[in-house]
Amino acid sequence: MPDLSTTYLGLKLKNPLVASASPLSKKVERARKLEEAGIAAIVMYSLFEEQIIHESLELDHFLNRGSESYAEAMSYLPDGGLYGISPEKYLNQVAGLKKAVNIPVIGSLNGVSKGGWTSYARKIEEAGADALELNMYYIATDMDITSGDIEDTQVELVAEVKSAIKIPLAVKISPFVTSLPNFARRLAEAGADGLVLFNRFYQPDFDLDELEIVHSLDLSTSADLRLPLRWISILHGKVNADLALTSGVHTHKDVLKAMMAGAKVAMTASNLLHNGEQAIGPILNELEEWMKEREYESIGQMQGSMSQTSVKEPAAFERANYMKVLGSYRDLP
Amino acid sequence: MKKPVIMIDGNEATASVAHRLNEVIAIYPITPSSNMGEFADEWSAKGKKNLWGTIPLVVEMQSEGGAAGAVHGALQTGALTTTFTASQGLLLMIPNMYKIAGELTSTVFHVAARSIAAHALSIYGDHQDVMAVRQTGWALLSSGSVQEAHDFAAIAQMSTLKSRVPFLHFFDGFRTSHEVNKIYQITDEDLRSLVDDELIRAHRARGLNPNTPVLRGSAQNPDVYFQMREAVNKYYAATPAITQEAMDKFAKVTGRHYNLFDYYGHPEAERVVVAMGSGGETVEETVKYLAAKGEKVGAVRVRLYRPFPVEHFLKALPKSVKSIAALDRTKEPGASGEPLYLDVVNALVEGQRSNIKVIGGRYGLSSKEFTPAMVKAVLDEMSKPEPKNHFTVGIHDDVSHTSLEVDPSFQIEDEGTVSCVFFGLGSDGTVGANKNSIKIIGEETDNFAQGYFYYDSKKSGTVTMSHLRFGPKPIRAPYLIELNQANFVACHQFTFLERVNMLKYAKTGATFLLNSLYGPDEVWEQLPVEVQKDIIEKKLKFFVINGYDVAEKTGMGGRMNTIMQTAFFAISGILPREAAIAEIKHAIEKSYGKRGEAVVRKNFEAVDSTLENLYEVKVPAEITSKMTRRQPVPSEAPKFVREVLGEIIGANGDTIPVSAFPVDGTFPTGTTQWEKRNIALEIPVWDENICIQCGKCVMVCPHAVIRHKVYDEKLLADASESFKHMPSKFKEFSQGYAYTVQVAPEDCTGCTLCVEICPVKDKTQVGRKAINMEPQPPLREQEAKNWDFFMQIPDLDRKLINPSTIKNSQLLRPLFEFSGACAGCGETPYVKLVSQLFGDRAVIANATGCSSIYGGNLPTTPWAVDSKGRGPAWSNSLFEDNAEFGLGMRLTIDKQVEYARELLTGFEKELGREFVSALLNAEQSDDAGIEAQRERVAELKEKLGRSSDARARDLIGLADNLVKKSVWIIGGDGWAYDIGYGGLDHVMASGRNVNILVLDTEVYSNTGGQASKATPRAAVAKFAMGGKGLPKKDLGLIAMSYGYVYVARVAMGANDQQTLRAMLEAESYDGPSLIIAYSPCIAHGYDMARSLDQAKLAVQSGHWPMYRYDPRLAGQGQNPLIIESKEPSIPISQYAYNETRYKMLTQLDEARAEELMREAQQDAKSRWTLYQQMAAMHYNGDKKE
Repeated sequence: MPDLSTTYLGLKLKNPLVASASPLSKKVERARKLEEAGIAAIVMYSLFEEQIIHESLELDHFLNRGSESYAEAMSYLPDGGLYGISPEKYLNQVAGLKKAVNIPVIGSLNGVSKGGWTSYARKIEEAGADALELNMYYIATDMDITSGDIEDTQVELVAEVKSAIKIPLAVKISPFVTSLPNFARRLAEAGADGLVLFNRFYQPDFDLDELEIVHSLDLSTSADLRLPLRWISILHGKVNADLALTSGVHTHKDVLKAMMAGAKVAMTASNLLHNGEQAIGPILNELEEWMKEREYESIGQMQGSMSQTSVKEPAAFERANYMKVLGSYRDLP
Repeated sequence: MKKPVIMIDGNEATASVAHRLNEVIAIYPITPSSNMGEFADEWSAKGKKNLWGTIPLVVEMQSEGGAAGAVHGALQTGALTTTFTASQGLLLMIPNMYKIAGELTSTVFHVAARSIAAHALSIYGDHQDVMAVRQTGWALLSSGSVQEAHDFAAIAQMSTLKSRVPFLHFFDGFRTSHEVNKIYQITDEDLRSLVDDELIRAHRARGLNPNTPVLRGSAQNPDVYFQMREAVNKYYAATPAITQEAMDKFAKVTGRHYNLFDYYGHPEAERVVVAMGSGGETVEETVKYLAAKGEKVGAVRVRLYRPFPVEHFLKALPKSVKSIAALDRTKEPGASGEPLYLDVVNALVEGQRSNIKVIGGRYGLSSKEFTPAMVKAVLDEMSKPEPKNHFTVGIHDDVSHTSLEVDPSFQIEDEGTVSCVFFGLGSDGTVGANKNSIKIIGEETDNFAQGYFYYDSKKSGTVTMSHLRFGPKPIRAPYLIELNQANFVACHQFTFLERVNMLKYAKTGATFLLNSLYGPDEVWEQLPVEVQKDIIEKKLKFFVINGYDVAEKTGMGGRMNTIMQTAFFAISGILPREAAIAEIKHAIEKSYGKRGEAVVRKNFEAVDSTLENLYEVKVPAEITSKMTRRQPVPSEAPKFVREVLGEIIGANGDTIPVSAFPVDGTFPTGTTQWEKRNIALEIPVWDENICIQCGKCVMVCPHAVIRHKVYDEKLLADASESFKHMPSKFKEFSQGYAYTVQVAPEDCTGCTLCVEICPVKDKTQVGRKAINMEPQPPLREQEAKNWDFFMQIPDLDRKLINPSTIKNSQLLRPLFEFSGACAGCGETPYVKLVSQLFGDRAVIANATGCSSIYGGNLPTTPWAVDSKGRGPAWSNSLFEDNAEFGLGMRLTIDKQVEYARELLTGFEKELGREFVSALLNAEQSDDAGIEAQRERVAELKEKLGRSSDARARDLIGLADNLVKKSVWIIGGDGWAYDIGYGGLDHVMASGRNVNILVLDTEVYSNTGGQASKATPRAAVAKFAMGGKGLPKKDLGLIAMSYGYVYVARVAMGANDQQTLRAMLEAESYDGPSLIIAYSPCIAHGYDMARSLDQAKLAVQSGHWPMYRYDPRLAGQGQNPLIIESKEPSIPISQYAYNETRYKMLTQLDEARAEELMREAQQDAKSRWTLYQQMAAMHYNGDKKE
């Protein structure tokens, strides 16, 4: 029986398949089913500071709207301090999940303000999360901001959050970085215990009938695996942080590829959103079967086995364009 | 132990006692008492318990009549029960009040006393409502201040339990109900020692119980009814002593002592004024002031008015009294005197003190100011050898000459009292900030403090006034801060300077704080002459703060509250600056903490940056300005508008004499056009290069400020260069016609609905439309001229317009314009459409509510006339009777048509058979037919005009009825679903030709968003704070069940064409028609600019299915029900969670929100399925399946 276990962020996991941040973790019952189906850890949906701020200001606006303006109606909605916006709901969910499942629960946070990042990180820790994943992204639209400015800010932020909490810290990053290895190393040096590759974003689309922008997030396919696969292969062994692959993990083969590239865990969400928790069993079974057939003893054995430093042709990871290569040649003595 | 002091208003002070002393509370919203019900509902929702440890059950009823019935039932079964009401609400309770009293039932009703609708409705305070129930057998206990309202709520409860006589505890609407004052709180411990539990057990034991069955409510005959009516006498005889006993016990516990009649003033007073309510407080303070100066004057404050204890009254009077003036805050036309006056006269006669001369007078109706100067005027009158009896004080009555002369320079304000007046915009939070400030001053310093707030009658762009007083002595001044009395005047909106004279309040050496876009060095030149003059002459200290900038930078938007509050504390120095800031921040956390950290943070930032932006202005010695304050209405306005309405707009309404007014409440229409409010920061600007002339912007505009016209292009010869136009694309009016979309820049509210609905997108820049918003100030003058030019272009002849398309219908002139409704109001587009389609022959019955307020509140009203002087004739009767009121209009028309036709047939010989036949059989299904009939009627009048025959004269008077009239019954869901439903049902059942338009906002919008039966499941509303647990009543389905009622459910934002079609069909149907119109409202809690999208989602989700049910189709063998929306294609939640009213429930109780949303989804599904099945039924009797 091959050993499927792995470690991620210092957490001992029974296998490398982790549920990545998605609405699946919004229901305790659903999380319990994921655990029963064999998932090794759950990254929660993100606590979006921006959303809390937005909801808070929105509630304030509409409770104020029209108030104290007209003698017959001092307000138009009830208040009485009964209705509130706070991260409590999220934090309660962290605590609720921790109570309901035995697998590690990793909180996820997307902040906007410096104070917000650290204070919410602390709150998630206090709520009982086993680790924290920072969901960092920045769509740079300002012509005056350089890539260096953005990276400096993010590195600084990681250091601040790291110093604010004791639980392990992972950082989910965007692929749109000019020099990913350098940035990854800086994040690790700033205190990131893990790097999650990659964040996927809503991409605006055009509705040609209405001439409007529409937003949608397509679920990933196995084809989306390639991008993180390349970068995990490149980074493996070069940064002092656990690597997690997310995007395009649908089959046991995808998991295998992730492991061989050097990931400690493979994260999946689209597959679970599409097929439900029943998708987990077959992946793990087939993973085990595959390993048995190929006589792999453990996951650890294969982790990084096809990373850039382990393969015969490291340059394969560096090519960006197809080059017609008739054959290899080498200097012989 | 220090007594707990709190700063609260009269409503809260009362409700806090009532909630603690009752088990069942039946409520219904009515201004100014609604807040008491809201407090009770809120406290029970929060789990607050009564004195005996159980949470009072609060239930909203369908009307005050219903509330009284429920109270009666609850009392009969032994619960401690109360209700809160005012005005018409109290009148609706009268039948039950007789019952409750007749059955000697202990209860207290708390009433924020308010005017009764007579020649006009008024929400403000007087004693007309209370005086209308003085004969019901209830004890009437009057409190005159916030402290008294708090105290008497308890004393009334103590007294009723002991006496078994029901008590009506009342205080002055607004003046006391809404005044914030510093009071000593009655603690739970106090209440426990005041209320005797044995009496409660006795009350409970009298309740109906099948284990000890009794019968109550028998029918009696001449033999015994009379005797039993007299059997209660001893209870009434005992009540005064019981009440005094309660007052004495109360004094022992709290230290505050009251008597049935309290006397104040000189011990040997010769002139005494008798009054009750807050006016009594003013009288008391004034006589104390004068008595201290040696004048032999006194005051008797009436606490217990019914049963009227003659003996106690006589005892309260010093022996020295020679004359009495009894002041009534009510009016009984035709009576020999007002009630209190008559009671006083009677008491003196019965007490054999007829030697005392008595005069009576009226004051303070509808919260008319009642000041010490007026009390002085009364006292002075009493000194005259022949004083006026039945006088009035506080108005100038130049018709009946009842009024007394008042010297306004007589003021008694304590030197140590600091008075502050603030002018704000409704939406800028000024009132909220001032409530907060006065609370801080009252609760965090040793000062006594008072706050009173005043609003104009519009719902958007409102000017608010806050009057704050504080000082070392208790503030007992239930009147506004008087002229030249304010130590501090603040103007929170710079634009007010050009129209409001606010410095008239400032005393010499006062401080003036201005929110200004201009800094300390530039501001002077931007002030009107009058303002500069006052600043110089009154030697004002002048400060500016750029609150707009601070608000912008700190994310406060248009909210000036925190900023101006901080500036006030910083300048006034009431508290040390650091302490003041700490208190403000503490208040912010308390008020907004629950809303989230971000809200607290932005307010904190606003506090901090205010101090950095506050400057004192070095006041120049000379007036340098060239600008003068604007006139309230232009000089070309009609005389009545200039001299009456204009004065009201200019805040001089109090000075208008009686003679200036119509005697019967009749006003000219079309007056909003003269009140240019200029409240929009941005207005729509038309792009004629890409417009497709669809007319949708015109249709959707809630304020009728955007219009389009097709006209003879030759008229452009006189147009200015900036007047935009393009060739007409209308099929019927193409060659030689020009087309213009024009905006009224000074009337627009800036809601942006026109931009939202515009279907055109600029191909080179899709963010631009054929209508785009641009800043108003640079466009104001030019576009105002263009608007005037546009308006003098003749409207197309209605005969030529087929109104069945949107673009054509919008060529019809709106006869409902520039109302005071909220920006983006979802009701007014429907009302306006009615006015366009049928306004020139419409008679409108309008239920009380938002539509009667924006439709009929002075100073100016929006119902207008066309170029021929025709337009809707409008009236508001009440809230509860609108359908019947409208039916009455129909009945008159029907009868008069019938009579006119009868008369007409008698004139066949004189007029010719053909002409008479044409008049009798005129086809009037469209405007062409109607116009032809109008011409015939004109000819008829002309022909009959020469006749001296009495029947001919009658026919001339009735002939207009031969032209088809359109009767519209308009109101909101509170009326149609709740209070007026019985009448509505009956009117529909009558089969008469009336058109009923229900503006369904799904809450009582006008009184601030209380739940109605139209409120959907899962939405939060006042009185449904935990989310409404039951589905919306299906009014349309009920109406359809008659089979002969035309019913349409429409949503203009989702399908304007369907709305138009339904209106035309409903009006054309010769029977009752009901249109239920989806009306977005600010009480839904979303940006009203998004209301069109939201209407679409409401329809797509199945929340608001659209249909028309035309009984005429059944006659043709077709199914009358045509469903016009598609099967629900999105979940209800996708529609609902765009609205705060639904989202709030998720913030309160997520599990309940989920459950109710699931049920709401099921409601939508079931409704849809039912309608589908109904629409699938076949109506052709011959056809077999």
